[in-house]
Amino acid sequence: MKILIIEDEADLRENIIQFLRKEQYLVESASDFHSAKEKISLYDYDCILLDVGLPDGNGLDILRMLKLLEKQENVIVISAKDSLDDKLEGLDLGADDYLTKPFHLAELNARIKAVLRRKALDGRNMVRINNMELNFDDRTLQINGNDIRLNRKEFDIMAFFVVNKNRLIHKSALAEHVWGDHIDNADNFDFIYSQIKNLRKKLKDCGADLEIQAIYGVGYKLTV
Amino acid sequence: MKLLNHTLLYLSASLIFILSIWAVVFYIGMMDEVYDSIEDGLENYKILIIQKAGTDTTLLGKNYFGESNYAIRPIAKEKAIMATEAFKDTAMYMEYEESLETVRMLTTYFSTPDDRYYQLKIIASMVEEDDLVADLMHALLWLYVAVIASAFIINNWVLRKIWRPFYELQDELRHFKLGEDKSFNPPQTRVSEFRDMNETVAELLKANIAAFQQQKQFIENASHELQTPLAIAMNKLELLLEQHYGTEEQTQLLANAIQYLERLTRLNKALLLLSKIENRQFAREEAIDFNALLRQQTDDFGELLEYKDIRVDITEQASLVWSFNADLADILITNVVKNAIIHNHPGGHIQIRIEENGFSITNTGQAKSLETTEIFMRFHRTPDNPASTGLGLAIVRSIVQFYHIQVTYHYENGLHGFTFHREPRPAAVN
Repeated sequence: MKILIIEDEADLRENIIQFLRKEQYLVESASDFHSAKEKISLYDYDCILLDVGLPDGNGLDILRMLKLLEKQENVIVISAKDSLDDKLEGLDLGADDYLTKPFHLAELNARIKAVLRRKALDGRNMVRINNMELNFDDRTLQINGNDIRLNRKEFDIMAFFVVNKNRLIHKSALAEHVWGDHIDNADNFDFIYSQIKNLRKKLKDCGADLEIQAIYGVGYKLTV
Repeated sequence: MKLLNHTLLYLSASLIFILSIWAVVFYIGMMDEVYDSIEDGLENYKILIIQKAGTDTTLLGKNYFGESNYAIRPIAKEKAIMATEAFKDTAMYMEYEESLETVRMLTTYFSTPDDRYYQLKIIASMVEEDDLVADLMHALLWLYVAVIASAFIINNWVLRKIWRPFYELQDELRHFKLGEDKSFNPPQTRVSEFRDMNETVAELLKANIAAFQQQKQFIENASHELQTPLAIAMNKLELLLEQHYGTEEQTQLLANAIQYLERLTRLNKALLLLSKIENRQFAREEAIDFNALLRQQTDDFGELLEYKDIRVDITEQASLVWSFNADLADILITNVVKNAIIHNHPGGHIQIRIEENGFSITNTGQAKSLETTEIFMRFHRTPDNPASTGLGLAIVRSIVQFYHIQVTYHYENGLHGFTFHREPRPAAVN
């Protein structure tokens, strides 16, 4: 999978590159509008992370260009502006998702995976890990072919773990993923802890070949 | 006290003083003139009597006043030579008035050719001073009343007319809201003092508006500029955490730092949101079904409600549709619903009522009323939730202010309630 990161902030770019390399993606980057334009006209990518606030141009014009070139790239817009108009404009211009800075890398990973899944040729929006199958469309979890009943939040948590498997997930990244971008998340840790407890029990009871590891005071990790 | 009454107060006080002095001076002057003319008359009369006495000696025997107003009485030569002519006031019984009245009396002396000396007393009836004073006072009183009344009427009219620019300015200022009005337009006037005042006020407000805008802009810019460094710092720590080369203790320190960065991020986002609401950057409006929104939001919190064992009852007495920005409606309802969950206790309940012009959310919670005035302030937080941004209700207030909705907090018997109400706008007449 080839991913292009268009981001002018060097450190942020490096962070993303470093994080995504671990996912076995081929990661390229462009630091300004000009080089981004060049890259997208020369190469094809599976996913483009696009910062709209570039020093020498509006990132949204990249979207217009992609449309003009009739390219099928999936684009996730990254913006420091949490503005609905920007978001709508981006999505109107063909972006697949919109992420506001600052974000957790695990969240970015989940968004990329979601975009790539949708693009997958078989059109089946699901992930299989060992004896577990997670279907994103039906929001169901099967272990050894048996349906496991999950409530909505349990499913969200499980999905986040699955796309970030073998990664340490900070509890606040998890909280934000589960609750969205709310003003106060701090009070939700207890709740998340209890949801994960239920989830672990269900996985164990059904003989799942994976485990949610709790790292005390830090977060969780789905080890496969 | 109104300006009009102020002028009248000063005017009436000084008028009393001025009119009194005027009355005294007038009275003295008038009396002077009265004496003068009476005395002239008496003098004239004296000459006539003395001339007549020279020819008609019967006159000399008339030594009492009686029907006429003079009396002649013989007097010793020595006495007559020594005496001088004099006017004096005296009292005399008047048949008409049936009382003693003041008269002016001229006492003079003359001699006949036969060298006999006489004293001549002539009287003339005087002005009745007490009546005069009473009349004068009466007239004065009426004058005073008339002057004050006309001053009142004229003043009223003049004040209203002349001071109109002032009242207009006052009205403008009363309705002026810093942060809502982008400019201030003082009323036009030709009176230079008012024009000066208007200009000064306009200048002052201009500076204030500019400062206010700058401040808002600063908050927005600062929040905005913080996003990228925050993102970088947080992501770097996340990367470091993933590499987990350190000890458990070090890992926890990192996790802690991330948690604080997360809090900073939320705070920053909340501030950004607040300034955006205040800068009216949520212009897009559509009809929002608050019944559906409230139902959906409580549903979204379903698992959390179940976890905290909180029961939610929604009473829908009417369907509530407001023209609203979809994002702001979402934020508003999320905040109030979440607030009712966070500050609840296990096994508690939440009651949502939707009425024609508003809705209310009541929840069980600590058995103590919140500070009604402070809960909507920025950075106000309860001690039981120190990690909160303290901006949730400030955002709620900003949103409802933007849409002219009244929000009130009330506490009764352990139930905390927030009521949102908006008077229906009068239907547009086509």
